[in-house]
Amino acid sequence: MNYVMSFIVGGIICVIGQIIIDTFKKNNAYLLVLFVVVGTFLGYFGLYDKIIEIGYSGATVPLLGFGHTLAEGAVEEAASKGFIGALSGGVVKTAPGVAAALLFGYITAVIFNPKGDK
Amino acid sequence: MKYDKENYKQVVDEYTPKNKILKNCVWAFIFGGIICLLGEIIKNIFVSGFNIPENDAGPMSSVVLIALSALFTGLGWYDKLGKVGGAGTVVPITGFANSVVSPALEYKREGLVLGTAANIFKLAGPVLVYGYLSAFIVGILSLIFG
Repeated sequence: MNYVMSFIVGGIICVIGQIIIDTFKKNNAYLLVLFVVVGTFLGYFGLYDKIIEIGYSGATVPLLGFGHTLAEGAVEEAASKGFIGALSGGVVKTAPGVAAALLFGYITAVIFNPKGDK
Repeated sequence: MKYDKENYKQVVDEYTPKNKILKNCVWAFIFGGIICLLGEIIKNIFVSGFNIPENDAGPMSSVVLIALSALFTGLGWYDKLGKVGGAGTVVPITGFANSVVSPALEYKREGLVLGTAANIFKLAGPVLVYGYLSAFIVGILSLIFG
C-alpha cells in the first residue's frame, strides 16, 4: 500500500509541477523555487505532515518535501537553541541531501566528460 | 510580420497542440511516480534489510537517489529521461541533484576550481537561497508564536 500511495502522490505532485511549467512557460528554476518555498510554509503549518502520512516517499522525495524538512529543522532547533537554532536548523537538517549532491556532482565531473568532448 | 516578445509568445501558444499538455502530464505522473516509488523501495530496504530506524532511512534513501541521479546525469541518460518525463524528472530530489551535477560536468572545461566548483550551484543556488531564507523566516515565526 505504501508503494501504491508513493507512486500516486508523487505522480500528482509532479503533474502539478508540469501544469505550472506548461502554463507559465518559465525557466524550471522558478518552479523549483516556488516548490521549496511552498513546501517550507506547508511544513510550518503542519499541513505537509498530513500529506506525508498519506503519500510516504511520494511526499518526501519531491522538492516540496525538501522544503518541509527545512521547516522541520528550523522549528525544532529554534525551540531548543533560540535564534541560532532558527538560523541553522533548516540548513543542518537538509545538509545530507545538499552535501550528497555536491559530493556526487564533483565526483561525476571528475570521472565523466561533458557531452561533445572526447 | 515582426515578432516582439509578446506576440511571439502568442504565436508559440497558437502552434502548441493543446493535447500536448495532457500528454506531458501523463508522462510527468508516470516518471514522478516511479522515482518516488523507487525512493520508498530503497527506504524499505534500509529499514527491513539493515534494521535502520525509519527516521534515518528517509534521508539515506534520498542520498541513494541523488547518487543514482548523478550517475545517470554523468552518462547523459538523465537529460534523455527528462525530455519525456518533464516535471516528473525535475520536481523529485533527483531533479535537484541533476541541477547540481549538470553544471559541475558542463563547466569542467574551465577547470575543476573555476569551472566545476565555481558553477556547481549555478542552477540549484536559487533553490538553496529561497529555501534557506524561508526556513529562517519559519524559524523566527516559531520563536515568536511558540
